[in-house]
Amino acid sequence: MTSTGEAVQFWVLAVIAVGGALGMLLMKKAVHSALCLAATMLSLAICYLAQGAVFLGVVQIVVYTGAIMMLFLFVVMLVGVTSEDSLKEQLKGQRIGAVLCGLGFGVLLIAGLANARLSHFTGLSEANAEGNVQGLARLIFTKYVWAFEVTGALLITAAIGAMVLTHREKIREPLTQRQLADRRVRDNIQLPPLPAPGVYARHNAVDIPALLPDGTVAEDSVMGTLRERGQIRDVSQEMLQRMAELEESTADWLGRPSSARPQVAGPRQALETVPTPTKEEAE
Amino acid sequence: MNPVNYLYLAALLFTIGASGVVIRRNAIVLFMCVELMLNASNLALVTFSRLHGNLDGQILAFFTMVVAAAEVVVGLAIIVSIFRTRHSASVDDSNLMKL
Repeated sequence: MTSTGEAVQFWVLAVIAVGGALGMLLMKKAVHSALCLAATMLSLAICYLAQGAVFLGVVQIVVYTGAIMMLFLFVVMLVGVTSEDSLKEQLKGQRIGAVLCGLGFGVLLIAGLANARLSHFTGLSEANAEGNVQGLARLIFTKYVWAFEVTGALLITAAIGAMVLTHREKIREPLTQRQLADRRVRDNIQLPPLPAPGVYARHNAVDIPALLPDGTVAEDSVMGTLRERGQIRDVSQEMLQRMAELEESTADWLGRPSSARPQVAGPRQALETVPTPTKEEAE
Repeated sequence: MNPVNYLYLAALLFTIGASGVVIRRNAIVLFMCVELMLNASNLALVTFSRLHGNLDGQILAFFTMVVAAAEVVVGLAIIVSIFRTRHSASVDDSNLMKL
């Protein structure tokens, strides 16, 4: 029989593991699924350590949570964090059928296990007598040496396969900096450097375009990718609002009559759509 | 505590993984479900190793981990190359053979 401590540890870890697995299954976003799975794998690693598989426990943490899950996260980031499962069903009733099949499978598996007559562990104290790593090494390099060598071939094949699959042929040589500079002079469209993003003394994030003297947005100040995606944050409206508030409070403090208050200049595109507070008051 | 509890946990995790493979559509999540199934079988193997008092189960679990690592590398490379051409990671969208 096992100790009470192990029972407590098992129940805590089992809850975390099953919770993580269910979370992975039910979370809509792939990133959340990956993090849930990492929790499950960590709790399994502690289970291995508790069961005397010290080497495997450490390998589980290093290889699974360290390498494989990070690879997953890397690909999730590459493929798009926001990519969610579509809820549209291609086959009618497939999801319900799948859930029923899963339940049936689980019931069969667990009912089969329930027939087992197991009361005690033989324990690994004898097998681990000279150390878990030494014991595993003895087996790997004697009884399982052929499988171990085949594993080497498998890993090399996988590495080459991944490289071949993700390799892209270069269609033409990339332009050098020299050539780009020459082309810029030849085309004579934008000779000086592009304007920097951000609004002076307020915002300096890369997705906020600089404002031209007349208040319009300088498109060139934001990088092309963000422009393509339409992820530009235009703060000219906000700036205008704040400017108007500032003018207002100044005028209040000075005690100017409403007719003497200055009009706040703003973006030309914006003036037609959003009336400034000063305007409303003037009317 | 009965040793079979570890096996119940492994069976439960395997079932969740197997259901996930048929329920989910995102290819990356499908791969995670396969990983969960491999992990569940590893837990069962480690438990068997302790039940029998020899290390053969742990060796099998070790090989499973190696194969899982290789599988993930190739699988994710395939997902990335499919995503580059089709701009989607959903397994439902890969139906070019369908009329």
